[in-house]
Amino acid sequence: MVRLITHNLLACHVKDCNTNNFPLEFKDAQIELRETEFNPEFVRGIIPKLEWKALVDTARELGDTTLPLELPEMLDDDFLKNLHHVLLEIHVEDGVMICANCKHVYPISNGIPNMLLAEHEIG
Amino acid sequence: MLPTPDLSHLSTDDFEVVYEPAEDTFLFLDALEADAETLKDLKPSICLEIGSGSGCLSAFLGNILGPSVLYLCTDINPHACKCTEMTGTQNKVFLEAINVSLAFPLHDRLKHNVDIILFNPPYVPTLSNEAVGAQSLGTIGGAWAGGMDGMEVTNTFLQYVEQLLSARGRFYLVALKQNNIPIIRQSMLNSHGLRSEIVLQRRAGIEHLFIIRFHREKQD
Ligand SMILES: C[S@@+](CC[C@H](N)C(=O)[O-])C[C@H]1O[C@@H](n2cnc3c(N)ncnc32)[C@H](O)[C@@H]1O
Ligand SMILES: [Zn+2]
Repeated sequence: MVRLITHNLLACHVKDCNTNNFPLEFKDAQIELRETEFNPEFVRGIIPKLEWKALVDTARELGDTTLPLELPEMLDDDFLKNLHHVLLEIHVEDGVMICANCKHVYPISNGIPNMLLAEHEIG
Repeated sequence: MLPTPDLSHLSTDDFEVVYEPAEDTFLFLDALEADAETLKDLKPSICLEIGSGSGCLSAFLGNILGPSVLYLCTDINPHACKCTEMTGTQNKVFLEAINVSLAFPLHDRLKHNVDIILFNPPYVPTLSNEAVGAQSLGTIGGAWAGGMDGMEVTNTFLQYVEQLLSARGRFYLVALKQNNIPIIRQSMLNSHGLRSEIVLQRRAGIEHLFIIRFHREKQD
């Protein structure tokens, strides 16, 4: 599966595709929600590594509107719990991820994101 | 002694298509165990394993570092990715598997952001063709075919290590004596400013295996 935390780290890596290659857009996403233990330390620690806008936009596309457009200054427990849910509990089990720039399609097959490229697509 | 990860969910059928933990894997586990305290002191938030195979190494690291860390694992072999995920579940560590060569789709976002990188690469010297073929097939042959000097796959990744490592980050690599370890270490220092030490070495049959650790700072 692809969790949104991982999706937030994946960019298109086709040769010469360097702009507007992140975030990849989900299409035909089959979602499963899987409860995992809330670990505020982890969620707090990962915030500086996130591209906030990409995360919020992706969560909204997948139907979760709990995250504010701007990262709040006060990180209270409610906020961290919502963020925990978006990052770790929304699992995309099937579907594809598409590059907004070059339109390359990365399938999620058997629950694993397939980011392999053919020889001629490698930079 | 930390326990070796539980791999009882994997069958001999799995190990027909995915690299089964062997002497190189076990030497790597010993190196991680020897460094366990310093790895914890790093307070890592992101770990990355290239070529995770069964997922044994990352599951072990996950047991050392606990759940406040993101564990990303790549492999060119889709079966290996599946096994990695299952090994995570079996050992109560979430391992995020991505089917890709090295870490290319992560380069932009993880620039200077990875705290621990592990790589037990295909290190066996073979004909170059053999390595190239195995790489494009993503089958079990890709677990060992390393091409010229056994370094073709490793050398590609070595170019990107410095860009991925965080300020206090560490990179652990398996190498064989025939891979020419002094040259690897010298060129990482000269080209990328990364210092290194040999953490462990062991003879296993015809292989003389080493675990090398790379990092930026001087180690005391
Ligand atoms: C020697 S095995 C190590 C497996 C496991 N990490 C262990 O220690 O038992 C090498 C692994 O690297 C994978 N591999 C080979 N070339 C790769 C590449 N270019 N990118 C990612 N993984 C690769 C192989 O499929 C195989 O699973
Ligand atoms: Zn693209």
